Amino acid sequence: MALTKADMAEMLFEELGLNKREAKELVEMFFAEIRAALSSGEQVKLSGFGNFDLRDKNQRPGRNPKTGEEIPISARRVVTFKPGQKLKTRVEAYAGSNE
Amino acid sequence: MTKSELIDALASKQTQLKYSDIELAVKTMLEHMANTLANGERIEIRGFGSFSLHYRPPRIGRNPKTGEQVSLPGKYVPHFKPGKELRERVNASMQNGKVSS
Repeated sequence: MALTKADMAEMLFEELGLNKREAKELVEMFFAEIRAALSSGEQVKLSGFGNFDLRDKNQRPGRNPKTGEEIPISARRVVTFKPGQKLKTRVEAYAGSNE
Repeated sequence: MTKSELIDALASKQTQLKYSDIELAVKTMLEHMANTLANGERIEIRGFGSFSLHYRPPRIGRNPKTGEQVSLPGKYVPHFKPGKELRERVNASMQNGKVSS
């Protein structure tokens, strides 16, 4: 099952002894702070984990896949995640179900 | 924003925890997230996004120096999909000027 904010708060409670309310608040604030930086146009670099980068995309032609109708995809700013070397190496080692 | 700037920002916004507690908590959260992905599990954070693994099938690569062929095994790579709220907020910020680091 996927890791959630509740799981992360529980882990801070169990491993670091924060009380449950502090743990829950800190997890919320952690993601809110990253989101706020990205929302203000600032890249976020978390060494050992990865970088959240921002890319500005120009308008480009698109198509409604159902109707085939041509509609422009507007210019937009998007977040991309570039995993750090340490995370990449750790994930690569995962044997997985496809092997 | 770097990890230490993130820790500073969290410390300045909350009064109960010591700086060293916040520093340890941030490192522990990131470690926990990395462990989750290393175990092949997903991370789902509402309002932020989800992390999962994407499979890259085995392929024949080439040593760029010697031109020699090498067979590369299949592997997993981390992938992040921004959530709706993050996507909308980030896109709204485009009106306020250029991307900075």
